[in-house]
Amino acid sequence: MLPYMIKRLVSLALSLVAASVVIFVVIEVVPGDPASFMLGLNAEPDTVAALRDSLGLNASAPVRYWQWITGLLQGEFGTSYTYKVPVRELIAERIWISLPLTIYALVLSTLIAFPVGVIAASRRNSPSDVSIMGVTQLGIAIPNFWFAMLLVLLFAINLRWFSAGGFPGWDEGFFACIKALTLPAIALALPQASILARVMRSSLLDTLGEDFVRTARAKGLNRRQALWRHALRNALIPVLTIIGLQFSFLLAGAIIIENVFFLPGIGRLVFQGITQRDLIVVKSVIFLLVFAVILVTFIVDMTYAIADPRLRRSRS
Amino acid sequence: MTSFVKAMTLAGALAVSTALAPAAFAAKTDITVGLQLEPPNLDPTSGAAGAIDSVTYSNIFEGLTRFGPDGSINPGLAESWTISDDGKVYTFKLRKGVKFHDGSDMDANDVKFSLDRTNEEGSSNAQKALFADIESVEVVDPHTVKVTLKKPNGNMLFNLAWGDAVIVSPETAANNATNPVGTGAFVFKNWAKGDEVELERNKDYWGTPAKLDKVIFKFISDPNAAFAAVMAGDVDSFMPFPAPENLPQFDADPRFRVIAGSTEGETILSTNNKMPPFDNPKVREAVAHAIDRQAIIDGAMFGYGTPIGTHFAPHHPSYLDLTAQSNFDPEKAKALLAEAGHPDGFKTTLKLPPPSYARRGGEIIASQLRDIGIETEISNLEWAQWLEQVFKGKDFGLTIVSHTEPLDIGIYARPDYYFQYDNADFQKMMADLNNATDPAERDRLLKAAQQKIADDYVNGYLFQLANTGVVNKDLQGVWENAPTQAADMTGVSWAE
Repeated sequence: MLPYMIKRLVSLALSLVAASVVIFVVIEVVPGDPASFMLGLNAEPDTVAALRDSLGLNASAPVRYWQWITGLLQGEFGTSYTYKVPVRELIAERIWISLPLTIYALVLSTLIAFPVGVIAASRRNSPSDVSIMGVTQLGIAIPNFWFAMLLVLLFAINLRWFSAGGFPGWDEGFFACIKALTLPAIALALPQASILARVMRSSLLDTLGEDFVRTARAKGLNRRQALWRHALRNALIPVLTIIGLQFSFLLAGAIIIENVFFLPGIGRLVFQGITQRDLIVVKSVIFLLVFAVILVTFIVDMTYAIADPRLRRSRS
Repeated sequence: MTSFVKAMTLAGALAVSTALAPAAFAAKTDITVGLQLEPPNLDPTSGAAGAIDSVTYSNIFEGLTRFGPDGSINPGLAESWTISDDGKVYTFKLRKGVKFHDGSDMDANDVKFSLDRTNEEGSSNAQKALFADIESVEVVDPHTVKVTLKKPNGNMLFNLAWGDAVIVSPETAANNATNPVGTGAFVFKNWAKGDEVELERNKDYWGTPAKLDKVIFKFISDPNAAFAAVMAGDVDSFMPFPAPENLPQFDADPRFRVIAGSTEGETILSTNNKMPPFDNPKVREAVAHAIDRQAIIDGAMFGYGTPIGTHFAPHHPSYLDLTAQSNFDPEKAKALLAEAGHPDGFKTTLKLPPPSYARRGGEIIASQLRDIGIETEISNLEWAQWLEQVFKGKDFGLTIVSHTEPLDIGIYARPDYYFQYDNADFQKMMADLNNATDPAERDRLLKAAQQKIADDYVNGYLFQLANTGVVNKDLQGVWENAPTQAADMTGVSWAE
């Protein structure tokens, strides 16, 4: 186990270094000067020059890369050009929207996908299986922002059960916040649940065809007992992979949904950062997201190894 | 298994039903104002973003003079002033009993500090040029300030009304970006970045206190989300509203009132006067006659906007209507092109920044230019790219942009300004205007200047951007026009 873990850790570190270089270079070549963006059409050239200087934009690229990386290592992300507050604070504020939203959506999607996938697999080719497959196909095909707008139309504009968007802040109470995140979470969860249900079904069907399930049946278990006692647990590995991927996707990829519901999450922070050329924010947040994705992958790798002893042995 | 499914369904239903607790109703003394852009910071003396003024102008910060809703210049923190006969010395009498939100007194020293600061070395004031004529600021007594100019400047009272010239306290100035401390009728309470800014009524305000207890500015960038927020009643006012196509729907709804006022935004087809073939005035004249302004206003702005024939706001008393001089006449345009040596037209670039007036207007203009033989290669740019390529790099043939600063015809006197109009006569007119304090003389010069740039067809003059938006029908005192980019809430109240 340990050598396998060390191997994964080294690859994690290398990925992070490579990612930091790529992020820095890409941000460097993006056209647009933060200082002239901030000062607008009437500013005098010397005003722009003074601001560039105070933002530290005049240092050479390697120097700035070094400053950025050493800052990151000390947990210092720098100060936002536009908001003029530490990037760390901005991220800390917003992660408390993005993270709960991601978890909420993931929980919803898993709660929907598990039973649906199991029903479809255990009643293969029955009318309920066929209709479940049809509905999940639709769930994948519908763009989530469009679905989100339908939700807003129905629940916010017509029924007035929910606000059309926004976030009250956690000091307004847990339920007010959960309420504000409900429509976005549903909109995010639907396509994810559809994907997950289909993976669940096919993985279960594969396992149900395995020898050990046939043995279990031969020993006298009925189909349902064999599914619950033997097949389900073994079918979970691919499902786990997908959940891991979905977590990173939802954390970074909720940007459109955040715009539809004007939620001040991480995705919107990056989006605003890009349009306002608040490059220090963009760099740091993207790096953080990359870190989250790599970390989740690492954790998923570790859980494989725990779930499947063969993996540990073959790689060590 | 079925019991598992049942349990999950039940849990889900429970979660949803608890989330649906009805909102409590209370008498309304607060307001939620929708704005499309979030201010990057809350210090109007540093940075050009109009959104800073939207939130802070008059609400949090005040200057010596201030804009009224009709664009007039009214007394602000200065209750009166006198101007010396040579037009160089302004003596301001300050109001007494004005306190900053941190409880300290506002006096002449704060005024000196604030005005000196706009001009000093390394200042990040985006409108530094407006205050460049100030030579010195002198404290006569705690309530009197003497401002001496290097040369007479007829615009000085107007310039001092800008958000960039508000009076700040030396103790708190450095933190105004995140924790603004001014003298206005509202006190800054909280800023949830990316979401909203909250203001509270200033109980110790020197003037007429605000009627509202609380103002929340909510930032909603996506037009669809803005529409949903208005329809769901999440915001009480959305001025300006980002999608004009939704306005008829609001108009038909008895809950709302649609406002179509004026702005200071001259929307122009900016032309690179140094780039061939646009360095030939005949070519620019041809372009001017190829443009059907009404088609652009109808097609891109859903009918909202006033055609203009020069770079000047139609609601200004000195405005000259010169639209007839560049009327829509494609035949004449073709003839002019031929005369200029381009009988078969030519190719150029049309670079469009993000606002819908530019993106939608650009498509229409491209097709109108195609009719007289000019092929345009359209590229859509973000603002930062636009600033880099067009504004700074001057790498463009044509672009569309709305110049939203009030009374900004003076930009035509800057030869290195991005459209690169370099004309000695015009520059002299602007210099004379700066020296003129006599209203009749100023009026004459402003009219001559408008005529001059129309005669030279410097840019294609399209329309004055309308201030269109939607408010709750019970809301009173909202500014209909936008003489500066402000959402002044000091006079806003709910109907009984």
